[in-house]
Amino acid sequence: MKLDVMYFAWVRERIGVPRETVETEAATVADLVRELSAREGRYELAFSDLEALRVAVDQDLTDFDASITGAREVAFFPPMTGG
Amino acid sequence: MRILVQEAPFDVGAELNAFQADKTDMGAVVTFSGLVRDLPEAPLRHMLIEHYPGMTERALTKIAEDACARWSLGDVLVIHRYGQMAPGDQIMMVATASPHRKDAFAAADFLMDYLKSRAPFWKKEVTADGSDWVAAKDEDEEALRQWQQGS
Repeated sequence: MKLDVMYFAWVRERIGVPRETVETEAATVADLVRELSAREGRYELAFSDLEALRVAVDQDLTDFDASITGAREVAFFPPMTGG
Repeated sequence: MRILVQEAPFDVGAELNAFQADKTDMGAVVTFSGLVRDLPEAPLRHMLIEHYPGMTERALTKIAEDACARWSLGDVLVIHRYGQMAPGDQIMMVATASPHRKDAFAAADFLMDYLKSRAPFWKKEVTADGSDWVAAKDEDEEALRQWQQGS
């Protein structure tokens, strides 16, 4: 399936693009992370410490074991610092 | 309820007056106003705030709805900017209106705690020495746990 993957803050800087469309059969966020990390060093580096990352599937905050089957967009970012 | 995510500066006084206008059944309005703070170690050139368009509005609406479900509120206003700002610039404001003072204060406090770590904004501080993303603090998560325990 085609999936829009988005990156924010230092995750975006490390990966080098704000968003991209990927072709994937990953069933969960964790599967997607493994797929991307296997591609290139910049992904492996950005995803090296999942404790330091948050993920949203279709704009809802969720966990790395969440399903992405049928999802349109997945976003990776550090803990939020609004206010 | 009014939720605004914008790059442009805004006038807190004008927003507060508009928010208060015609609220004959609300006895209390509480506002919080957030400004860019200069750094003690190295002068801040500017702050950059990045956000996730779409999810930001969605998350802020959910937080405001949760506040309305929890306290007796007549209205809620949230304005949050993104983009480049200088020390002293207005970043954001929240306002809550309630028949009673305690609900207005508690709801504003709740909105700020959730907005800080559940709305997708990220701050970057740029100084003469370089730039750094602001790290989230453990106490921000602790503040949310307090609300979840129903205090």
